[in-house]
Amino acid sequence: MLKILKYSFYDLMRSRWSYVYFLFYLALGFVLLFLNNDLSKAVITLMNVIIVLVPLIGTIFGVMYFYNSKEFTELLLAQPLRRSTIFLGQYFGVAGSLTLSLFLGLGVPFILYGLFRSDAIFNFTLLLVTGAFLTFIFTALAFNIALSNENRIKGFGYAVLLWLFLAVIYDGLFLLSLIVFEEYPLDTFSLAATMFNPIDLSRTLILLKLDISALLGYTGAVFKKFFGTDFGLLVSLVVLLFWTILPIWRLAIKSKRKDF
Amino acid sequence: MIQIDNLHKRFGKNQVLSGVELSIKSGGIYAILGPNGSGKTTLIKSILGMVIPNTGIINVLDTNIKNGWRYRKEIDYLPQIANFPNNIRVGELIRMIKDLRQKPSDEDRLISLFGLEPFLDKKLGTLSGGTKQKVNIVLTFMFNSPLMILDEPTTGLDPGSLIRLKKLIQEEKKKGKTLLITSHIMQFVEEVADEIVYLLEGKVYFKGSIEELKQKTDQVDVEHAIAAIAMQTTDA
Ligand SMILES: Nc1ncnc2c1ncn2[C@@H]1O[C@H](COP(=O)(O)OP(=O)(O)O)[C@@H](O)[C@H]1O
Ligand SMILES: [Mg+2]
Repeated sequence: MLKILKYSFYDLMRSRWSYVYFLFYLALGFVLLFLNNDLSKAVITLMNVIIVLVPLIGTIFGVMYFYNSKEFTELLLAQPLRRSTIFLGQYFGVAGSLTLSLFLGLGVPFILYGLFRSDAIFNFTLLLVTGAFLTFIFTALAFNIALSNENRIKGFGYAVLLWLFLAVIYDGLFLLSLIVFEEYPLDTFSLAATMFNPIDLSRTLILLKLDISALLGYTGAVFKKFFGTDFGLLVSLVVLLFWTILPIWRLAIKSKRKDF
Repeated sequence: MIQIDNLHKRFGKNQVLSGVELSIKSGGIYAILGPNGSGKTTLIKSILGMVIPNTGIINVLDTNIKNGWRYRKEIDYLPQIANFPNNIRVGELIRMIKDLRQKPSDEDRLISLFGLEPFLDKKLGTLSGGTKQKVNIVLTFMFNSPLMILDEPTTGLDPGSLIRLKKLIQEEKKKGKTLLITSHIMQFVEEVADEIVYLLEGKVYFKGSIEELKQKTDQVDVEHAIAAIAMQTTDA
C-alpha cells in the first residue's frame, strides 16, 4: 500500500491544486492574524472558516482525484496488488496531501506569530486535528460516492449535495425542528443530531475546548451539561473517529465487488 | 494453465457471459474470437480479476483466483485500449510498473526495437494512438511471465511494428509460454494462432484448431469460416 500511497502522493504534489490549497491557507492565516492581531481570536475565526471549507475541499478533491485517476487505477488492477491496497493507497495519498497542505499552510503563519510562546497552542492544535479529521472523513465520503457512480457528473453532483446538506441545510433543519417542537424536551434529539453530522460535531468539539459559552449554542450547551467538558471532548473525538473509519471500511468492501 | 467452469457475467440487464466452459493447456497461442460485444474483453478481465463473475469458478495455474491477487505475478496483460494516466512520462510509467512488479525486465531492448527513445520524456497524454500502443507492448513484453494475455494487440500499429509484434509473439511461444490473444484481423489470427476459441451468445461456441474450424464450416479460409459460424447460428 505504501507504494500506491507514494505514487498518489507524488502525483498530487506535482499538481497545481495542492499548491493553490496550500497558498490559500497560508494567505488565510496571515490575513486573520493581521486583522485580529491576537492568536486566540484568530483561532476562533479560523475555526468557522475551516469547518465549512475543509469538508468542501476534501469532497471536491476526493471526487476529482477518483475520476481522474481511472486510468491509473485500471493499470494497477492488472498488477499483483490487492484491491483494497489500490484504493486505500490512493485515498490516503489524497487525504494525506490535503492534510499536509492544511498543516503547513496554517502552521507557518501561526508559528511566525509566536504560537509556541502563547497559550493558544492547544486550541490551535485541536483545530488542526479537527481539520485533519474533516479532511479524512469527507475525502472518504467522496471516494465512496465516486466508486458507486460510474457517471462523473452525477457523482460530482451527489458529493457537492452531501457537503451542502451537512454544512448548511442540516443546521437549518435542526433549528427549525427546535422551534417547531419547542415544548418537548429535545436534549437527546439534539445530541443525536450533532453526532450524525461530522461538521456540527467538530464545531461543538472546538467550542467545548475553547469554552466560550456564548458561542456554544443550544447543542453545545446540552453537550456540556450531558458529558462535561473533558468527557464531551473525548466522546466527540471518538465519534469523529467512527465517522472516519466507517467510510474507509465501506470503501475497502465495495471496491472488492466492482467491475472495471 | 487456465480452467473456467460455468462462468456467468451480467452487467445490469445485459447478460454477457452465460456458462463459459474453457480449458487452456500450458504452452501455445490461443486466439479468442467473436463478434463485437460478445464478451471477449469481459472474459479476459474475469481471468485477471478486474471483472467479478456472478457465478462460476476460474482457476489459473491450479489455484482458484477468487479474492486472490498473487497469481497476477504470473500474467502479463496488454489492455485493449491503451488508456494511460495522461500526466505521467513514458519513462516514469515504465519505472513505476517495474517498481510495482519487482521482477527482472528487459525494457531497453523493446524500447529500441520500437524506436521509443525519443518519447521517453514525453507525457503519455501527448502521444498518438499507435505510439501509446507501442508503450503498451513494451510494458507487457518486458517481463517474463508464463501467461500472456493480449487484448487486440494490433490496434493502431503500422506495418513495420506489426511485423515486430508478430516476431515477439513467436519468440514468447518458443519459450513455452501460453498466450491468449483477441484480434479482429483474421490474417493475423491465421498466422499466429494454434487454437481458436470462438465466443458467441455468452458461450464458447467453438474450440479447436484452424484446420478443424475450416472442416467444420466447409470453408477454405479462416475469414469465411468465421463468417460461416456466425451465419449458422443466425439460421438456427
Ligand atoms: N464495465 C462494464 N459495465 C457495463 N457493461 C459492460 C462493461 N464492460 C463491458 N460491458 C458490456 O459487455 C458487453 C461485452 O463487452 P466486451 O467484453 O468488451 O466485448 P468484446 O471485447 O467481445 O467486444 C458489451 O455489451 C459491453 O457494453
Ligand atoms: Mg474487447
